[in-house]
Amino acid sequence: MGKYILKRIAMGLTTIFIVITLTFFLMNLIPGGPFMAEKAISAQAQAAMNEKYGLDKPLPVQYKNYLVNLTKGDLGVSVKQRGRDINGIITSKFPVSARLGGASILMALIVGIPLGSIAAINRGKLADNIIIVIATFGIAVPSFVLCTLLMYIFGVKLNLFPTYGLGSLKHYVLPVFALAFYPTAYIARLMRSSMLDVLGQDYIRTAKAKGLSTFVLLFKHALRNAILPVVTYLGPLLAYTLTGSFVVEKIFTIPGLGSEFIGSISGRDYPLIMGTTIFLATLIVTMNVLVDIAYKLIDPRIKLQ
Amino acid sequence: MSDQENYMLKINNLRTSFFTPVGEVKALNNVTFAMKEGDVLGIVGESGSGKSVTSYSLLGLLAYPGKIVGGTIRFNGHEIEKKTEAEMRKIRGDEVSIIFQDPMTSLNPVYTVGNQIVEVIRLHTDKDAAAAQARAKELLELVGINEAEKRLKQYPHELSGGMRQRVMIAIALACEPKLLIADEPTTALDVTIQAQILELMIELKNKLGMSIIMITHDLGIVSNMCEKIAVMYAGKILEYGTVDEIFYTPRHEYTKGLLRSIPNLMDREHKKLVPIEGTPVDMLKPPKGCPFAPRCESCMRICLEHMPEVVHFSDTHYSACWLNQKDEWTKESVEA
Repeated sequence: MGKYILKRIAMGLTTIFIVITLTFFLMNLIPGGPFMAEKAISAQAQAAMNEKYGLDKPLPVQYKNYLVNLTKGDLGVSVKQRGRDINGIITSKFPVSARLGGASILMALIVGIPLGSIAAINRGKLADNIIIVIATFGIAVPSFVLCTLLMYIFGVKLNLFPTYGLGSLKHYVLPVFALAFYPTAYIARLMRSSMLDVLGQDYIRTAKAKGLSTFVLLFKHALRNAILPVVTYLGPLLAYTLTGSFVVEKIFTIPGLGSEFIGSISGRDYPLIMGTTIFLATLIVTMNVLVDIAYKLIDPRIKLQ
Repeated sequence: MSDQENYMLKINNLRTSFFTPVGEVKALNNVTFAMKEGDVLGIVGESGSGKSVTSYSLLGLLAYPGKIVGGTIRFNGHEIEKKTEAEMRKIRGDEVSIIFQDPMTSLNPVYTVGNQIVEVIRLHTDKDAAAAQARAKELLELVGINEAEKRLKQYPHELSGGMRQRVMIAIALACEPKLLIADEPTTALDVTIQAQILELMIELKNKLGMSIIMITHDLGIVSNMCEKIAVMYAGKILEYGTVDEIFYTPRHEYTKGLLRSIPNLMDREHKKLVPIEGTPVDMLKPPKGCPFAPRCESCMRICLEHMPEVVHFSDTHYSACWLNQKDEWTKESVEA
């Protein structure tokens, strides 16, 4: 196990290095630069700015400088948000995204897993059909439509929940719901199909033959076997809630990392693009290692090597 | 019959159907048989003949869309066909238990062997965790697994097929059932392991005194293990008798066909095995007369029209075949 984790860390570092390299050169391939605005700055001023941030040097040199700074844990300074360093931006914005995303992931799991299981048990019956319709809806409706609908109905018409910011617990309801709807639907579908598969297995018949109650049958014998695909989905889900929260953050005016991430690209804020990308890549790689370990804990047949 | 009360299991005119989208499949048609305590009954027949459905009906394990539509099942004082699912749960695994065909897939891969044995003990008895654990160990020793203590902590994938079937037997015997149903318990095992498992079952039967229903398509197993045999075809018992009666004086053409298709090591010359020609009946459209008639070499006109009555040849031996009622049907057809 220890050896496996070391191996995975080495692999993860390699992955992150590749991500750094690709992102660095790709972002420089995009036409434009951080100082090209509608209100044109004079060529002289642009050159001065480029020089200040080291953008005048040849790319390989910039790349080398970036890597050297990175090994010191320095992600550089934002070229658009004057005077703010990337480390500071991430540490101030990430907790906001983490709270929103964490709550959404939690909701997706707590609602999606039972929903999918209920659908599987009642296969072909009314409950199953209703759940399938909701799940299809959740996957098909884009988040901006959902956000607007939620805002209009619960915020404006019914005046139940605030529509912007994250001041209190009440503020979380709408954005969390909007962000969690898609993964909830996805997990419900995953769970339904894997539960159907598991319920047809011989060991479920054995459990029935023992005289076990439906509750024990489902929650002891079926769930642990059926949940593996959902655990696998946790890695991509994390990426989705952190980057996909962009739309939700914009609409509900939440100062999270998602908007910084997307905003940095359109603003050509090179250090911020790099910083947020590296941060998210690290998060996802870590998550995948955790998922693998969770796998081993759930299914003893899986060998980590 | 005066000794009716002595029967531990009495199935009368049992009819079970599966209501599929394309129509009702009558999986069991008036199945009738009885077993006394300690009896070993073999149910033989080809795939789809209703062997397993019979035992699933008895256990209340019929999967949707299967349903008992008629007849009675008396087991150990219970009126099984009237029981609710909750009542059946108390009986299943306690008074009657079952061993399935494939031990490789019949144990839950994510729980230890011990966990899966202890579970059924704690469900049906009031033993505490420690006592149940001790009983589980005792059971593993009973079914011939060495290092029981260690095995309890192992997962199914760490055991061989034969060993897993022994664990299945241990689970089935955990609450000392009155009746053990073995649904092709050795089909998925290789031949030497098969013999060991069958020997173990006979040994345990003698030790614990339970009754066994042995479901199989292997007549060799039946002749070794069972006292009585029910030959099933298309959801009906076509012939029933003791092992000797079935093997030496079969009274149904289907039974004769089955016996002809067994290889015999003692044959001097290489004899070709004789298969039963044709394919099993379409259960959605069962024939009017005897279900075996379309494949029967001695099929007569009446066989296609009317299902023959059951004829008793001895207290234990009966069969449903027009050939045994020659006098009657000739008389009838002459009159007609």
